Amino acid sequence: MGLVLRYLWYGVIVRLVVLIVLGLNVRHRERLPAHGPAILAANHNSHLDAMVLISLFPLRLLPKVRPVAAADYFLRNRFLAWFATQVVGIVPIKRKRDHEGEDLLAPVSAALARGEILLFFPEGSRGEPEQLAEFKSGLARLAERHPDVPVVPIFMHGLGKALPRGDWVLVPFFLDLWIGEALRYKGSRDTFMQGYRDAMQGLADEEKRAAWS
Amino acid sequence: MKLWVPAEVLWIFAGILGLLTLASLVVTFLRRGDAEGRHAELASRVNSWWVMVGIFALAVSIRRDAAIAFFAFLSFLALKEYLSLIPTRRADRRVLFWVYLAVPVQYLWVAQGWYHMFLIFIPVWCFLGVATRMVLKGETRDFLRAVGTLHWGLMTMVFALSHLAYLLVLPDGGHQPKAHGAALLLFVVLLTELNDVLQYVWGRTLGRHKVIESVSPKKTVEGLLGGALSTTLVAYFLAPLLTPLTPAHAIAVGLMIGFGGFIGDVTISALKRDLGIKDSGSLIPGHGGILDRVDSLLFTAPLYFHFLKYFYF
Repeated sequence: MGLVLRYLWYGVIVRLVVLIVLGLNVRHRERLPAHGPAILAANHNSHLDAMVLISLFPLRLLPKVRPVAAADYFLRNRFLAWFATQVVGIVPIKRKRDHEGEDLLAPVSAALARGEILLFFPEGSRGEPEQLAEFKSGLARLAERHPDVPVVPIFMHGLGKALPRGDWVLVPFFLDLWIGEALRYKGSRDTFMQGYRDAMQGLADEEKRAAWS
Repeated sequence: MKLWVPAEVLWIFAGILGLLTLASLVVTFLRRGDAEGRHAELASRVNSWWVMVGIFALAVSIRRDAAIAFFAFLSFLALKEYLSLIPTRRADRRVLFWVYLAVPVQYLWVAQGWYHMFLIFIPVWCFLGVATRMVLKGETRDFLRAVGTLHWGLMTMVFALSHLAYLLVLPDGGHQPKAHGAALLLFVVLLTELNDVLQYVWGRTLGRHKVIESVSPKKTVEGLLGGALSTTLVAYFLAPLLTPLTPAHAIAVGLMIGFGGFIGDVTISALKRDLGIKDSGSLIPGHGGILDRVDSLLFTAPLYFHFLKYFYF
């Protein structure tokens, strides 16, 4: 049942919105991983970010591509929890420990062990539209634990204009995506995060984008 | 299934398919033993022509309202591309939403054949309406730039392009019993796109003298003149088949399409240069975005339409 709804949701509704109402310009599409396990680490502007990233993959990979999302936000009531886990297919993680020594990243590790492609938003929340916020080090801790899993940086532009936080009217805009070269964990968390920040900045600087002020 | 288009239109489509087949054969020949992939761009461009011609033929041939809806969708795509490329203000998010709504409304007037409203809806009602909505928001920073760019987008991507759709209903008045909307439309679309290709081919083979270097460095006088004149020649021979144009008028229209198409092309080039981008998008492999393909039509469609309207309808 859940999987049927997922196919309907991503195969019909999301694709209609993402490809027809919005529209994608993807740079370096060949850098997307063809199979899991992999982590796609993107900037976060809108609830649609994860929908857009999932529509980059063929439908047959649908059961394998899942967004990592905050449990306190998406599991806050029963309907939303059902929708988020059954239809959207999130991997819920908690942002705060309930007890000492709780492993917050355990559900993510389990998903990677199942060979899934996970969408990760290191900014943590959607923040100000079209502005990069500080990347949190959760990504580095995850990469440190899975040094063999590629981390693909993705810079997205446009959804902060189309559907920003706190607004419900969808205004059509073409979305621009730049896929970066896969990173792997080496050295320390700090050097990894610096490498990720540099990669994201490099993607952001690749082309001029329309101003939104 | 009964198509609404006359036989002449289908014959011309058959001819276009013949030309495309020839183009594909030439590309295959050029690419034979070419390991460096020098003609990869050309090949993807020809392949995209197949797709575009297929979609266009299908959209235009089956029913008239489907054809009008197709042009509404084309306007939407062009407007979306334009609004995604230009700088916009956060304060105008809702204004942009209303700007998009102008598309279905404008094409509704077309479908109804309400000529007066078709003519004034964007130049008058949207012109005043967008400014009203924006000023009520109260943001004055960059106001003139914002209101100006939005109106320019509506005038080109919606108003100018909707002339193509209005050609479909133009013969309804009965002034020219033999004229068919689809034939009138096919004439201007075919000649405009052919003109683009011919100007490119003439420019690539004989081009020496730059024509407007600061805007479009590859455009040459030879390309412009060769393209416009050969387009005029084709117009002269095609006009009796598809339009009520007299031979003298057919030559005038051919020249209008040849030079108007050039101006439309370089106008969008100027816009892209101003914005600092190369292609308007990546929707059409080998061509760029929608704007890169409809740029010439933005000028040729209204010019041709009003010429026909004045002399014949």
